[in-house]
Amino acid sequence: MAAALAARGAGVKDVLLLERDRHLGGILNQCIHPGFGLHHFKEELTGPEYADRFVRRVEADPGIEVSPRSFVVRLTPDRELSYLRPGALEEVRAGAVILATGCRERTREMIPIPGSRPAGVYPAGLAQKMVNIEGWIPGREAVIVGSGDIGLIMARRMALEGVKVRAVVEIQDRSRGLARNVVQCLEDFGIPLHLRHRVSAIRGRDRVESVDVARVDADLRDVPGSAFSIPCDTVLVSVGLIPENELLEAAGGAIDPATNGPAAPAVNLTSLPGVFACGNAFKVYDLADSVTRDSELAGRLAAGYLGAGA
Amino acid sequence: MTYDVAVIGAGISGAAVARELSRYRLKVLLLEKEAEPAFGVSKSNSGIIHAGTQNPPSSLKGRLCVEGNRLMREELASDLGLNFVQCGQLIVIFDPADLPELEKIKADGERLGVKEMRLVDRAWLDANEPNLGPEVKAALLVPSAGIISPYRFVYALVENAVRNGVHLRTSCPVTAVGRGADGLFALTAGGQRFAARFVVNAAGLRADEVSALAGAPTFTITPRKGEEYLLDRKREHIARHIVFPLPTKTSKGILIIKTSDGNPMIGPTAHDADDKEDLSTSDEGLAEVLAGARRMMPTVSRRDIIAYFAGLRPASGKDFIVRHEDSVPGLVNVAGIQSPGLTAAPAIAVMVAGILADRGLELKPKEDFHRLRPRPVHLFQVPLERTRALIEQDPAYGDIVCRCELVSAQEVRDAIKRGARTLDGIKFRTRAQAGRCHGGFCTTRIMKIMQEELGLAVTEVTKRGPGSELVKEERK
Repeated sequence: MAAALAARGAGVKDVLLLERDRHLGGILNQCIHPGFGLHHFKEELTGPEYADRFVRRVEADPGIEVSPRSFVVRLTPDRELSYLRPGALEEVRAGAVILATGCRERTREMIPIPGSRPAGVYPAGLAQKMVNIEGWIPGREAVIVGSGDIGLIMARRMALEGVKVRAVVEIQDRSRGLARNVVQCLEDFGIPLHLRHRVSAIRGRDRVESVDVARVDADLRDVPGSAFSIPCDTVLVSVGLIPENELLEAAGGAIDPATNGPAAPAVNLTSLPGVFACGNAFKVYDLADSVTRDSELAGRLAAGYLGAGA
Repeated sequence: MTYDVAVIGAGISGAAVARELSRYRLKVLLLEKEAEPAFGVSKSNSGIIHAGTQNPPSSLKGRLCVEGNRLMREELASDLGLNFVQCGQLIVIFDPADLPELEKIKADGERLGVKEMRLVDRAWLDANEPNLGPEVKAALLVPSAGIISPYRFVYALVENAVRNGVHLRTSCPVTAVGRGADGLFALTAGGQRFAARFVVNAAGLRADEVSALAGAPTFTITPRKGEEYLLDRKREHIARHIVFPLPTKTSKGILIIKTSDGNPMIGPTAHDADDKEDLSTSDEGLAEVLAGARRMMPTVSRRDIIAYFAGLRPASGKDFIVRHEDSVPGLVNVAGIQSPGLTAAPAIAVMVAGILADRGLELKPKEDFHRLRPRPVHLFQVPLERTRALIEQDPAYGDIVCRCELVSAQEVRDAIKRGARTLDGIKFRTRAQAGRCHGGFCTTRIMKIMQEELGLAVTEVTKRGPGSELVKEERK
């Protein structure tokens, strides 16, 4: 939305905004906690409030056509796009394309966590969607693997919903999340944070029954004799985010294999002329406000590429 | 109702037997202990349609494998709308001194009737399997091998069997096999009682226990664990063939397996286990699989792994057990069906029908046997122009539920109409949740469709049956 609005502001006449969900706003809609907007709006907002500021401007702009429930399946280097929506396969050609496809969560499979594969193991963002969007409480006793911000925020969120959060287990020697989240989400709720530990097995046939936790040394190897078990029915996995660039990759754009972000000389650029990437699709940001700032730049870059307003 | 035949176990063996018997004017019952067919041994199968090589020429498994392979290529793939891909297999050697081993596999295969095998040299491999590592010196090419989705093979057989009148009962573990006063088998399964003239025991890992319940404790099943690791679909073209090393005494080795869905797979390990329930993977298993795969193909990377699982082979000695138990007249055991069971199953089924006929079961062909089963739609398998036509016919094909594997709401609904009752059942049928994000995006969407179609509360939606509920409480 920020890129679309900035492109319009820089003179682009006709913007098509493709959104795969029913609503604009993406992941912000499930981030019902505060902490958004301190930089951009100089006030503290929740995720949905932050998104709504942009939704209103997008909807009021006659030069932006919003197409919800639209899923792009094909992008070519000369910026032809095919997308599916209920009832239609659409094909369009754009002067410039901005990929604002966000990021996805790393999963237990990517670490990988050994053990069984019962129900009750969720990426933390999925659990957040269940609780905050659907009102579904996934379990009664949870262990959280990884101390990324989503994991920390979900520790607090689950505790507020009456779930016993047994521990957050982090393999590194410090939290990966923002310091304020460690304090506000764990310390304020008395949730133990096990640094330099890893979940070495998930146990349970049908539903999670417990996890094995072991201390690791500086080389991340298990310390013999350090293992202990934590009973729980739910494991939330919060072990990092990966920019979502499969469309760019399929179009032949260069990808940095270390990050899955576009291989590019400067922010928001890709190896394909006229194709830009912004926000978490370009790199994983800590703050939504920073995403907005750089995405607005992407909108202006696209406008510049099109020669708009010149 | 009295059944002519009760088949215990809706894995690949039981499904194939049920479908084979559904050709005839018989009342057939198919009992499955899990919530859906294919949820036991079959779900962890590698999906290879073996040629018949790597089996002794005198073995039952060798003979049935070659025949099953022929049935797949010539009949079943087209009749049942299966996505069978005859990609061929390579058995590679790292040491030229092992050439006689390949020659022996070739000679054994030829005695079983495997056709068109030939030894290929490094130059051929460079041209036709370019990602092989420098250690590989030569290989045996076996063109009749191929790949298939193992669970969709089971589902196709079961669907077609049910279409032809077979009664499927899921969540029905068999707990007693007795005899009624009428001489019929009296089965207790899932708290219900069933009567049958004949019993076919295809209970996989529990086949020994079921046979013992019936009064024939004639064999034991030892689980042999295999861990498998799936790679991202982006690596679809890493291999053109299924790539095998030379077989060991207990297994065909760590393989690089093309799959019919695109994601290559590496594995499996082969280690005897004590526990028939233990499907855990391990750090050691991953290391073993990676080392084995990377020796053949060094570009296989740990970073490409998007999923993993373990399966248990129901091993009982070296060969399959497909026999009538004379001590329990009417009981036919189909047991110890480890590799190449998926391939051999259709031939096993024909053999079982023959055994039952020998024991007095009359096999009168049905005039209205429905041989064909339409192929379900999978958007990931069709070109965009076909997708356009599908969406015009049914708008929900344009409603994408799973982003990684491109699965629409209509495909999920279709899977439920075909019998899916759990998240895993939908995953196995459609691939939704099977991609790189592992259901992070689509899980809630699928759960909502399941609630709509099946009339379930969200707390009743399960991953794989009772006990595997996903949500403990709904806040309104």
